[in-house]
Amino acid sequence: MCLAIPAKVTEFCDDRLARVDILGIIRTISVDLTPHVGVGDYVLVHAGFAIEVVSEEFAQETIDLIRQFPELVGEDLPFSEEEALTASDGDDSAKSGATLQDAR
Amino acid sequence: MDLAQFKDPGLAKGLIASIEAMAPEQATIMEVCGTHTVAIARNGIRGLMPQGIRLSSGPGCPVCVTSNHDIDTVIALARIPNVIITTFGDMTRVPGSTSSLLKEQAAGRSIQIVYSPLDALKIAREHPEKEIVFVGVGFETTTPLIAMAIKRAQAMELENFSVFVAHKNVPGALEAIVSDPEVNVDALILPGHVSTIIGLEPYRFLAERYGIPGVITGFEPVDVLQGIAMIMRQLHEGRAEIEIAYARGVMAEGNQTAVAAIDETFETCSAVWRGLGEIPGSGYRIRDTYAQFDAVMRFEPDVEPTQEPKGCRCGDVLRGILAPDECPLFRTVCSPENPVGPCMVSSEGSCAAYYRYY
Repeated sequence: MCLAIPAKVTEFCDDRLARVDILGIIRTISVDLTPHVGVGDYVLVHAGFAIEVVSEEFAQETIDLIRQFPELVGEDLPFSEEEALTASDGDDSAKSGATLQDAR
Repeated sequence: MDLAQFKDPGLAKGLIASIEAMAPEQATIMEVCGTHTVAIARNGIRGLMPQGIRLSSGPGCPVCVTSNHDIDTVIALARIPNVIITTFGDMTRVPGSTSSLLKEQAAGRSIQIVYSPLDALKIAREHPEKEIVFVGVGFETTTPLIAMAIKRAQAMELENFSVFVAHKNVPGALEAIVSDPEVNVDALILPGHVSTIIGLEPYRFLAERYGIPGVITGFEPVDVLQGIAMIMRQLHEGRAEIEIAYARGVMAEGNQTAVAAIDETFETCSAVWRGLGEIPGSGYRIRDTYAQFDAVMRFEPDVEPTQEPKGCRCGDVLRGILAPDECPLFRTVCSPENPVGPCMVSSEGSCAAYYRYY
């Protein structure tokens, strides 16, 4: 029931509504709860409302940090060179970084 | 946005190795979100756990924890002439004491399944001669939407829209679970989208007062494994903290706009949970300033006496004391086609998930 799916905001309409693209399907949703959202942003949509703007940057950092779990050394992971670069300089700034760093 | 990475078997493999390396000999980890229940079952994650690690389901399905009395109240509202009940689909099949919304619909009452409370407002505007009652069930993910729908109804000057409120909050239930001597939980997989709204702070008491680690977790297979891996690491290091494994969807401070909408429209009250009983402060009611939108105050429905289904152990399943397949009714008399209790009705109920995937 608490399912929320990512959608891309394509345009704003009247009455704090916006059109979003959910995997190619266009729907009109309310942006009451995400007043700071912009066109082109990804939002989490739950029952016709955007409940949060999704951070694409944090999504990538999560992936990068998973790759850095120390136990993974020696595991055969599908690293690309570009991703390895992002992973190596991605930890300082991010909240997700702090969380996972704390977990160590 | 590339979410495919969160299904990547390579990443999953590394996380499983990490879980195996860090897992204690014995631990029970409870998930408290119905969407996690389904994600764990569908992806076979229970079978990936090291021996001694038990994944159990808690009271995370809002439909399942709705009390019989609340369901009977909705049924009583449906029987009032001129009322159209608007509801999320999951609620229609849940049996109350003697009926269900689906049976009421078959008997000629107006029940409309909606995707969003916005749809209910649209129906109210298009049918000024009817009374539209929305069934407000759900945790903090859903509560702010209903708050906004009420505020929108006021702005639209809709006089024929009201809400039956059975909203509940997750921290209230968690406190009841972890302080229950019958329940044994070592760590919690905390809900992703409830936390999108409330953030990290409301869970701190779990770590600080009860010494129970909790990790806010997303819903793709890699998300779930990452959440479990972070829990294992905490258990391994003897720490109890609240952490986020779902940073793309959850800010530590939550969504303050949504929290403010809840506070403006609702106040907390005592609520009865199926399986957990009455928990102070775990429910919501509409504030006096918005009282005209309270369906129970508007219609004062005549609710039948509550009867619990015979032999149903949903209450124990919701506390994680009983696994679904340990219930004598499971697969014998209780199935998704003929559900006895709500845990088998809702697609997110742990019994329904067990039935489908094990």
